[in-house]
Amino acid sequence: MASKPKTAISVTNLTKKFGDFTAVDDVSFSVPQGELFALLGPNGAGKSTTIKMLTTLLKPTSGELTLAGHDVTKAKDNARKSFGIVFQDPSVDTEMSAYENMELHAALYGIKAADAKARIQDLMTLVELWDRKDTLVKNFSGGMKRRLEIARGLLHHPAILFLDEPTLGLDTQTRNLLWDYVRKLNHDEGMTVFFTTHYLEEAEAVAKRIAIIDHGKLIALGTTAELTKQTGTKTLEQAYLELTGKTVRDEKADSHDTWRAIHRARSMR
Amino acid sequence: MRVLYILWLRQTKRFFRAKSRILGAIGQPLLFLIALGFGVGSIYSKAGQGNYIEFLVPGIMAQTVLFAAMFFGAMIMFDKQFGFLKETLVAPVSRFKIMFGGALGGATNATLQGLLVLFISLFLGFRPHNWALVPLAVIILGLLAIAIASFSSGIGSFVQDMQGFQAINQFLVFPLYFLSGALYPLQHVPTWLRIVSECNPMSYAVDAMRDVLIGQSHFGLFKDLTVLCVSVVVLVIFGAYRFRHIEA
Repeated sequence: MASKPKTAISVTNLTKKFGDFTAVDDVSFSVPQGELFALLGPNGAGKSTTIKMLTTLLKPTSGELTLAGHDVTKAKDNARKSFGIVFQDPSVDTEMSAYENMELHAALYGIKAADAKARIQDLMTLVELWDRKDTLVKNFSGGMKRRLEIARGLLHHPAILFLDEPTLGLDTQTRNLLWDYVRKLNHDEGMTVFFTTHYLEEAEAVAKRIAIIDHGKLIALGTTAELTKQTGTKTLEQAYLELTGKTVRDEKADSHDTWRAIHRARSMR
Repeated sequence: MRVLYILWLRQTKRFFRAKSRILGAIGQPLLFLIALGFGVGSIYSKAGQGNYIEFLVPGIMAQTVLFAAMFFGAMIMFDKQFGFLKETLVAPVSRFKIMFGGALGGATNATLQGLLVLFISLFLGFRPHNWALVPLAVIILGLLAIAIASFSSGIGSFVQDMQGFQAINQFLVFPLYFLSGALYPLQHVPTWLRIVSECNPMSYAVDAMRDVLIGQSHFGLFKDLTVLCVSVVVLVIFGAYRFRHIEA
């Protein structure tokens, strides 16, 4: 990459409709290369839908998306090569070993077998899983799976890392460890990190800028200082509640969510 | 190629690691062979039709492949439910390769299971009439397996949960099987049943197996193979089309 584009993620007038329901409503923002960026919002606000569209899993109804300069709908494969993702729910093959999961990823992303070997060892060492590389993932704890997914997401040297509620259900130690990796990656390799979370203190501590989405609309965007100033509050949490209100939201769960919830509960044991 | 290979390898590894699946792969056809072979066999030979086990083995091999290859659709369901599917869907690889690589793996497992039935049936006294034609039987099973694995991946792509998949599976697989002539010769059945069987592509796979292994054919090998190859093409397209439209 000779001339790195200055904008890592660009979202213009993004809209997603499911029938009559507008999940994401005319959202625009952009994230410069190398920024730690958080997307916050109550349940059902449109966070996951936005991430799914950014990562090519869902087609936008209208609007434009580019990742590292590649149009997400037109140059799909180039856009796909430019990001790594850790999904909200586990997405590793639990019947394969940690190493096999990494190998499969390397093949999917066309990384040469010789290069992959060294890279896999480096990354698995970084997330402290190298000595467990031949263990079937079904024997991993929730935290170990998450670390494996981070290592896997980084395998193909992505310019952008998406983390969708990466710390959900993790203990404090693993959470701290995870954010330490992420900060280090951002600092050392200039990787752009885009994450969602429900823990506002994480967003406050990690993100440079924060976007808040509610009812599918982008309602605020700025640094913690800017958001608190804008709302006349003292903390990000107060600013967030000021902007999104205090009512509890329901999210429609499909059968997959139920399955995953059961699965997750099992793997936590 | 490497993408197809790694996805094929994944299915194959998972198959050999699931001891219960291998046990099931032996158990069910063995039960069919013994219960039907010996139970119905005595009446069959009394009716002057000859050796029923000999007649049955090619059909049970095809049946084993049918049931085993349908399991690939369940794998897609599991991948959807346990999240792994997303890992492949965001990768810079065409959806066709993802579906087809996995289907090849599922088809390989299914073919191996079909061959296992042949092996077991040797102990029940079965002998192919010409050993030189056994490789052709493997090809026929392989084609059937690819067709069914692609078909089931198409179904696994749009069904939302395991119960739904099971229901559709039962609704489709049993008629395909029972109306295929796998269990009875098509010569003497009532006309309506013969017509239904002639419309069932599975009948041609069963007939091809029988032609190659015991030298009995209802439709003729050329027609059998033509229908089988057309089914492969149509079902791979169906599977790829449905898989392309998965939105996670």
